[in-house]
Amino acid sequence: MVAAFQRPGWYRAALGAVIAAALGFGLVVVLREISGLSAFQSEQTGYPQVIVPLIMAPFGFLLGIGCFDYWLRWAFGLPTIPEDHSSHGAHSWKDYFKVNTDHKVIGIQYICTTFVFFFIGGLAAMLIRAELAQPGTQIVGAGTFNSLFSVHAALMIFLFVIPVFAGIANYVLPLMIGAPDMAFPRLNALSFWMLPIAGLLFLGSFLAPGGAFDAGWTGYAPLSTGAPLGQSFFNLGVQFAGASSIATALNFLVTIITMRAPGMTFWRMPLLVWANLSTSLLVVAATPFIAGAQFMVFFDRILHTNFFQFGAGGDVISYQHIFWFYSHPAVYIMILPGFGIISEVISTHARKPIFGYRLMALALIGIIVLSYSVWAHHMFVAGMFSWLRVPMMLTTLLIAVPTGIKIFSWLGTLYFGKIHTKSTAMLFALAFIVTFTIGGISGVMLGMVPFDIHVSDTYFIVAHIHFVLFGGSVFTIFAGIYHWFPKMTGRMYDEKLGRVHFWGTLIGTWGTFIPMHWIGMDGMPRRVADYAAQFGNWNLLISCFAFMLGAVQLVFLYNMIVSWRFGPKAEANPWRANSIEWLVSSPPPIYNFDEIPRVVGGPYEFGIPGAQHAIMAGEGAEVPTGEPSVVGT
Amino acid sequence: MTAAVVALAAAISAVMLSINWDGAEDSTAAPKIDDLLNIAIVLSSIIFAIVVVALAYALYAFRAKPGDESDGEPIHGNTRLEITWTLIPTIIVLFSGGWSWKVLNEIEERTGHEMTVDVFSQQYAWSFGYPGKEYAYSEGVLHVPVNRQIVFKMHSQDVIHSFWVPQWRIKKDNVPGITTTAVVTPTKTGTFQLICTELCGFGHATMRAKVVVQSQSAFDKWVEGLKEKVPTPLMVSVKQDTETNPEPLERAEAE
Ligand code: HEM
Ligand SMILES: [Cu+2]
Ligand SMILES: [Cu+2]
Repeated sequence: MVAAFQRPGWYRAALGAVIAAALGFGLVVVLREISGLSAFQSEQTGYPQVIVPLIMAPFGFLLGIGCFDYWLRWAFGLPTIPEDHSSHGAHSWKDYFKVNTDHKVIGIQYICTTFVFFFIGGLAAMLIRAELAQPGTQIVGAGTFNSLFSVHAALMIFLFVIPVFAGIANYVLPLMIGAPDMAFPRLNALSFWMLPIAGLLFLGSFLAPGGAFDAGWTGYAPLSTGAPLGQSFFNLGVQFAGASSIATALNFLVTIITMRAPGMTFWRMPLLVWANLSTSLLVVAATPFIAGAQFMVFFDRILHTNFFQFGAGGDVISYQHIFWFYSHPAVYIMILPGFGIISEVISTHARKPIFGYRLMALALIGIIVLSYSVWAHHMFVAGMFSWLRVPMMLTTLLIAVPTGIKIFSWLGTLYFGKIHTKSTAMLFALAFIVTFTIGGISGVMLGMVPFDIHVSDTYFIVAHIHFVLFGGSVFTIFAGIYHWFPKMTGRMYDEKLGRVHFWGTLIGTWGTFIPMHWIGMDGMPRRVADYAAQFGNWNLLISCFAFMLGAVQLVFLYNMIVSWRFGPKAEANPWRANSIEWLVSSPPPIYNFDEIPRVVGGPYEFGIPGAQHAIMAGEGAEVPTGEPSVVGT
Repeated sequence: MTAAVVALAAAISAVMLSINWDGAEDSTAAPKIDDLLNIAIVLSSIIFAIVVVALAYALYAFRAKPGDESDGEPIHGNTRLEITWTLIPTIIVLFSGGWSWKVLNEIEERTGHEMTVDVFSQQYAWSFGYPGKEYAYSEGVLHVPVNRQIVFKMHSQDVIHSFWVPQWRIKKDNVPGITTTAVVTPTKTGTFQLICTELCGFGHATMRAKVVVQSQSAFDKWVEGLKEKVPTPLMVSVKQDTETNPEPLERAEAE
């Protein structure tokens, strides 16, 4: 038993969390006693006896579960345990619950964890729609309602869309560039384990006195600086999610820049790799801003600093500038990896090279550059300096140009192809093109200041967000999951259930979110538990579609679980794709490659006789070593 | 294909333009903003029609026959096309931007004989102060004269609220610590609803006020009848706001 508490693992993690929490608690009580204060303080923004343990327990947990073992031994000059690779690969399902440094295991850990939060966030959405099905208050009161949509959005953004892309890329990207693993496998493990902590903090806030945080996922000051204890849980949760995503982004950057297989020049990288390169550049530069904004709110709350205290020289609007300086780039963090997925799926299932590959890559770069110069389009009615509105409007509208290039190039890819629609992944990719176009169009409309003045903070915004995030990001996530499911699990999923899921999701998304545009323009504000009776019928219709959309996700869940266990065995390359991950077995060997492959051509060489993207060890002896051939580039 | 795009774009535009999306137009800004919306609808319909027709045609013409395992044609791109679909959208969005800029200037232009009304917001109530008279304060109901430009000076006492009258198409946040400004010229008499559109706490959904637009003489009479002064704390907040943080619009103009 004692041994169990010494080994890295759940016992030690639980022990670590408890000890760290107790230490934090003791520290607060002792320090407060020494300074002559009462041991406990229960001002609603305070609660140091809860906050400090809350900060310390996660570190105790991470220490206990084993994230820091190697580094600590090394730092203290102890003999490090030689890397015997025993922590590589997963031999039973239990291995997924341990700290593991294999990018494939971490990828699956990421994906499964984030989908858990997707379903919890979805449940919150169902409750929201149940309350809104009728005007008046039926199911939850106004306070709880505010908590519900805040937690819903926080989970979906910080615990689902952003990290699930990191999970998919974790699995696929090293294989795609012919690397044996990520550049920093231990950092990779740490990134993953910080994630559930953020989720638990968000959910744990329901237990706090005053209820879960309720100032929206945007947490505008001064509503957030004066909110009950739950808001501090949000401030802290964002730190863990943010640190996790920064560490992963650094890892991707170094991996992509330094670990590509010989012959894979930048212009031979698949677009998924380009997409993750761009996303990572956004994450490392932008995420510190939201971390900073949440720290400032946190300090205003517990230390009574005055960053945003308007009575004491603080500046309320600066919160929004800092927040959106992250959160606008964040919307691209939530879609660029999806663009990458769509490129892979469409090219493969249309059996055509990507149309205008270089412009596609440059469009990504254009988007990341522009996306730093548009943040104040979220603040057109916020009362900021008015001269900033027109410049930000123009940059906002211009960002639609590179986005349009992507849409048109995907369409171009389909022409003169051989389009196969038997895969659910392709269905989602095709539907994504149309659905995302609608979201892009409403985005451009919102960029037009006078119109935005009318619809800002109404249901029109809710419609736009969901068309780009559900019809956009989530569709690409489903496309990606279906596309690489055979590779990740070694089994095929059921296409019939996939189709049910696809059509249900498509109809559900349109049915739920299209009418929201109208009721928003017609006068229904967002973030309300109750609304004027004139919107009753529309809301009932919306709720019905929403329940259908929610229910059909259970088909997806069933399909994934059952197929993973019982599905027919998958071949190495069921979609006859070109990129390197399909040249190894499904699932790939523990160390990915016996010998690093050599890249000899572009990633999308469909239809060119004899063209190859990469050559695996053992084959291709006929290709002269030295300069790789340049077929088709 | 071109014919299909034109037909579809025309059909979508026709249907969308025939619907009154934004509701009644009861300020000078409303028809301008709705015209802008209509322009956006037409341009969007064209883009949407292009995408849908292009996709539908590709799915119709380039579906793989069952059992066909061959590849498509190895076309890697077409510089002309790529330039076209970079340039045309650029022109479209810049046109939209220019038009929006024009509308923005028009709806914010001062007429020179405007009337200033103070808006006070706090969790979860609105109140208003009128100029020219000591006792001119109303709670929960806002009266304004018709066909006269009103400059609202907004002051929040606690968290951010937002002032929205959908029929006027005008919205502005009330931010604690600073004074924000919105200008409106109501063009129809009647009763409207002022809606708070910035999340401000559990009472946010019900933070509403009644707005009465009436003739100048009726308005004058109504103000005469008011019996309350603007409470001192609110007056203090007005002073503090403008002193510590002058309204950006005015500061820009003063320079
Ligand atoms: C053509 C591209 C796009 C344009 C021009 C655009 C424009 C805008 C504008 C102007 C707003 C602010 C509206 C307001 O608050 O008054 C907005 C809100 C928002 N957009 Fe977009 N957008 C685009 C694409 C996207 C994408 C790709 C995503 C995410 C994947 C996204 C997610 C959001 C979110 C989450 C909000 C609402 C934030 C909030 O207030 O909670 N947008 N968009
Ligand atoms: Cu934005
Ligand atoms: Cu409000």
